[in-house]
Amino acid sequence: MTQSIVVQVGQCGNQVGCRFWDLALREHAHVNKKGIYDEALSSFFRNVDTRTSAGEGIRGGKISSLKARAVLIDMEEGVVNEILQGPLREVFDSKQLITDVSGSGNNWAVGHKVYGCTYREQIVENLRKAAEHCDCLQCFFVIHSMGGGTGSGLGTFVLNLLEDEFPEVYRIVTSVYPSAEDDVITSPYNSVLAMRELTEHADCVLPIENQSLVDIVNKIKQMAYSGKPGAVIKQDSTIISGRGGVSSLEKPFDAMNNIVANLLLNLTSSARFEGSLNMDLNEIAMNLVPFPRLHYLVPSLTPLYTLADVNIPSRRLDQMFTDAFSRDHQLIHADPKHSLYLACALMVRGNVQVSDLRRNIERLKPSLQFVSWNQEGWKTGLCSVPPVGHSHSLLALANNTCIKPTLVELKDRFMRLYRKKAHLHHYLNVDGMEQACFTEAVSSLTSLIGEYEQLDATKGLLAAEAPRLNIAV
Amino acid sequence: MSVVTVQLGQCGNQIGQELFKAIGDDSSSGQGLCSEGQKQAYAACSQERFFFLEQSGVPSARAVLIDMEPKVISQTMATAAKSGRWKYGDQSYFCQKQGSGNNWANGFCAHGPRHEEAVLDLVRREAERCERLAGFFTMMSVAGGTGSGMGTYITQCLRDTYPHSFLLNQVTWPYSTGEVIVQNYNSVLTLSHLYQSSDAILVHENDTVHKICSQLMNIKHISFQDVNKVIAHQLGSVLQPAYTSAVDTQYSRNPLGDLMSSLVCHPEYKLLSLRNIPQMSDSSLEYSVFAWPGLLKHLRQMLIANAKMEEGIDWQVRASQSRPSTGQKGNPSKHLRFNTSLANLLILRGRDVYSADTGGFAEPLLYSSWLPAEVAFNTWRSPKHFNRYEKSATLVSNSQSLLKPLDSIVGKAWNMFASRAYVHQYTKFGISEEDFLDSFTTLEQVISSYTHL
Ligand SMILES: Nc1nc2c(ncn2[C@@H]2O[C@H](COP(=O)(O)OP(=O)(O)O)[C@@H](O)[C@H]2O)c(=O)[nH]1
Ligand SMILES: Nc1nc2c(ncn2[C@@H]2O[C@H](COP(=O)(O)OP(=O)(O)O)[C@@H](O)[C@H]2O)c(=O)[nH]1
Repeated sequence: MTQSIVVQVGQCGNQVGCRFWDLALREHAHVNKKGIYDEALSSFFRNVDTRTSAGEGIRGGKISSLKARAVLIDMEEGVVNEILQGPLREVFDSKQLITDVSGSGNNWAVGHKVYGCTYREQIVENLRKAAEHCDCLQCFFVIHSMGGGTGSGLGTFVLNLLEDEFPEVYRIVTSVYPSAEDDVITSPYNSVLAMRELTEHADCVLPIENQSLVDIVNKIKQMAYSGKPGAVIKQDSTIISGRGGVSSLEKPFDAMNNIVANLLLNLTSSARFEGSLNMDLNEIAMNLVPFPRLHYLVPSLTPLYTLADVNIPSRRLDQMFTDAFSRDHQLIHADPKHSLYLACALMVRGNVQVSDLRRNIERLKPSLQFVSWNQEGWKTGLCSVPPVGHSHSLLALANNTCIKPTLVELKDRFMRLYRKKAHLHHYLNVDGMEQACFTEAVSSLTSLIGEYEQLDATKGLLAAEAPRLNIAV
Repeated sequence: MSVVTVQLGQCGNQIGQELFKAIGDDSSSGQGLCSEGQKQAYAACSQERFFFLEQSGVPSARAVLIDMEPKVISQTMATAAKSGRWKYGDQSYFCQKQGSGNNWANGFCAHGPRHEEAVLDLVRREAERCERLAGFFTMMSVAGGTGSGMGTYITQCLRDTYPHSFLLNQVTWPYSTGEVIVQNYNSVLTLSHLYQSSDAILVHENDTVHKICSQLMNIKHISFQDVNKVIAHQLGSVLQPAYTSAVDTQYSRNPLGDLMSSLVCHPEYKLLSLRNIPQMSDSSLEYSVFAWPGLLKHLRQMLIANAKMEEGIDWQVRASQSRPSTGQKGNPSKHLRFNTSLANLLILRGRDVYSADTGGFAEPLLYSSWLPAEVAFNTWRSPKHFNRYEKSATLVSNSQSLLKPLDSIVGKAWNMFASRAYVHQYTKFGISEEDFLDSFTTLEQVISSYTHL
C-alpha cells in the first residue's frame, strides 16, 4: 500500500490539519480494535518504537507509538504551540515542525518571498525526511487558507518545492477561501496571487468557502435543536463536534474544520481500506482533470445532518445521492445542477452496492448536464468501511463550471482594491515582489475564468459528433 | 501441450482465478465418460495444459500473475491456496505498490519497460517447465491501466521473445457507462496495439455478461465474482480437452493452434466472440432437460441475429447475402441485422455429442463469400459433461458481432479526442497525439474490414 504526507501551512492549515489527525486516529481506533499496526494505518501514520527509537514499525506488529506523516509549518508559534500542549502532542515530534515568531502579517509576499527564501532548505529537509519514512509515497496533501499570508504565500511556495523535489508524487491541495466579509482586508490580493500558483502547480484543488461551512454548521445546529422527536446529536458524531475525539475543548473554527477533516477522511478512505471498487488517489486526477489547468474539484459531503449527526429517523439511501447535487451541500457557494459537468466522482463508504450506485446515477443523470464529449463522465469508488458511527456516506467531487462565479467574485474583489492601489506598497516593498506578480496573477485568473466560460457556453447545445476518420476501402 | 497463462491487473487476475477453478473442477468429475481410462485421459490432458504437478502433489497453475498493486494478487493467491485442490506457484507473481491509476500510458510507457525483465523471467520459468509449449494466454481488461497498458506491452514482448508461439489475448471490455472515465481511450490504445502483436483477441463485454447474470442466472445483486464465473465457464468450455474431428481418438494436442487455424485465417480479422447455451442457475438446471436440435437451433439464431444470450433472440433475422450498401459510413451497425461470419468454431460437450446435427452452421449463406463454408466452420466434441451441464454448446465466432460495441468505443473516444480532453495525461508518459491518431486509424480500418465482410 502507498503512503501520503500532509503538509499543513499557516493558522488555518494547522487547525484543519489537527482536526484531521484527531478524527483519523479515532477512525482507525474504531476499525482496528486489536491495536495492530496495519497497512491502513501505515498510509498516514508511522509506528515508532520509543524505547529502541527504531524508525518504522513492522506491519502486523503491535502499535507502540503512532506518528503522523505530516509537516507542520507556521510563521507564528501560537497554533503550533497549542497543538504541542494539547492531546495530539504525541503524534508529532518537534522535528516535524517549522515555525517562526513574527507571522506573515496577512501578506502573501511575506509568506511566499521572504519566508520561502529563508526556510527553503529547512522545509525541503523536513519533506525529505518524511518521504524517507515512506516505502511508496503517493501523495502530498497540502492544507492552507487563501486569505492570510503564511498559508497562502508560503503554502503555495511549498507547492512549488514539492513539484521540483518530488515531481512524481501527486499534489492535492485543500484550500479554504475567504468569505466576502472576511476580516482580512488584503485577502483578495492574497487569494488571487495564490490562485495562480494553484492553477499552475497543483494536480487537484479542493476549494472550500468559509461561508459555506458556516451555513452548513448552522443548519446542523438548527436540526439538532429543532425539538423534533429523536433529534439529538449522537455521542459519536464526527461532523460538528470534537466530542469522541482525543481533544475535548471546542474552539471557534472546530465545527467548520471538522467538515473539512471529514472531506479528507472520505477522500482517502478508499486508499486506506478495502472495498469492492477501489479508487486509488492517482485515479482522481486521471479521471477528473481533462485539461491541466481545470483541476478545481468542487466537493460535497452527504449525509450531513440527516444521518450523520442528528439522530432523526434515517432517510432513504437515495436521498444521500440526491443531496450530494443540491446547492446547500456544496462546500463552496455553487450550484452544480445548473452548470456544466466536465466529470464527476462519487466516493461512497459503507454498506452500499454497485447496483445502488448504478441506480442512482441513472436516476440523477437526466437532471445534470455533462459536457458533450464526456456524457458518461462518472468515476465511482466503494469503500466498505463506513465513517465512525454511521452506516454510509458519500463524497462527490465535481469538475463543474459552477466554480466560475466564485472565481469571478474573487477577481472583482481583487480589482476593487487594485484599482485604488490600496495596500499595494506593503507588497511591493517586499524583496522580489513586483507589480508584474499582480498583473500576471490576475491575467492567469482571467484566463481560467475564460476557459470555464467557454465550456459553460456549450451547455445545452447538442454537439455534433466529430466526423470520423475516413478509411479508403 | 501446455499453455502459459499471464494474468494482468485486477480484472485479469480475478477472472484468471475463476478460470483455473472452473478447469480444475471440471477435470475432477468424469461424468459422461464411460471408462476409468477415459476419465484419466481427460484429466491428464487438462492437467498437462494448465497445471504443473509439484512435488507436494498439489497442482500449480501454469500462470504468471502481474499487477502494480498488491491487494488483488494476494487475495487471488490466497483464494486459490485455500481451495486445497490447486494453487498458484509461490514465486509466480510480480507486483508493485502503486497501481497504474487508470492510465494506459503509465502501464505501457512506464511500468512495462521498467519491469519487463522481471516479468519475462517469470514467464520464461513457467515456459521452461512445459514439456511442450502450446503458446500463451493473456487475460486483462482494456479499460484500466495495468492490464491494458502493461498487458499490451507484455504481449509485444512475448511476440518478440517467442515469435513462433501462439498468442491468444482474452480481453474484458468495460461497462458502457463506466467506472473509469478514460476507459474508451484506454480501450482504443489497447486494441489497436494488440491487433499488431496478438494472434487472436477473445472478447468479453461486461455489459453482456452482466445481462446474462441478471436474466439467465437470476442473480439480484450482481458482483464481479458472478460475472467472472460466467466468463470462466465460457472460457473453460473452449479450452478444455476436445476431439477436433469425428475420427479422433486423441484430444487435440495443440489447443491454441487448432483454435487459431479454425478461426483466424486473415490477419485483418482477429476479434473473437463467444456464445454458449444453455446457461442458467444451478437450481433451474436441476429441472431442465435439453435436446441437441433445440440447443443448436437457438445457438444458430443467436449467431445470425447477433444475440449474446438465449433470451430475446430476434427470430425474424435470416441468413442472407444482403450487404450493407457501401457509402453509408459512420454508423455501420444500423444497417446490419444479419450477422455475417468469417469463421465459426462450435464446441459440443456432453451426452450424445456425435448425434448432434451441426449442418445449420455449415450453410454457405452464413459466411463471407470468399471463404468456403467447409473451411469456415469447424466442430470440436467431447462426450464428457461440462461443469454440471449434461449437454452444452459453445460457439466461438469471428464475425461482425463485435462491430457495434467496437464502433461505439471508438466513436466515444474520438469525440473526446476532438476536444483533446485528457490527452495531456497520456503525453506526460510519452504517448503523443500522433500515437492516438495511429490507433484510431488502425481501429477504423478494422471496423471497415468487418463492415464489408
Ligand atoms: N475554516 C477555517 N478558516 C480559518 C481558520 N483559521 C483562519 N481561517 C481563515 O483563514 C484566513 C486567514 O488565514 P490564516 O490561516 O489565519 O493566516 P496564515 O496563518 O497567515 O496563513 C481567513 O479567511 C480566516 O477566516 C480555521 O481554523 N478554519
Ligand atoms: N468482468 C470483470 N471486469 C472487471 C473486474 N475487475 C475490473 N473489471 C473491469 O476492468 C476495468 C478496470 O480495469 P482494472 O482491471 O480494474 O484495472 P487494472 O488493474 O489497472 O488493469 C473496468 O472496465 C472494470 O469493469 C472483474 O473482476 N471482472
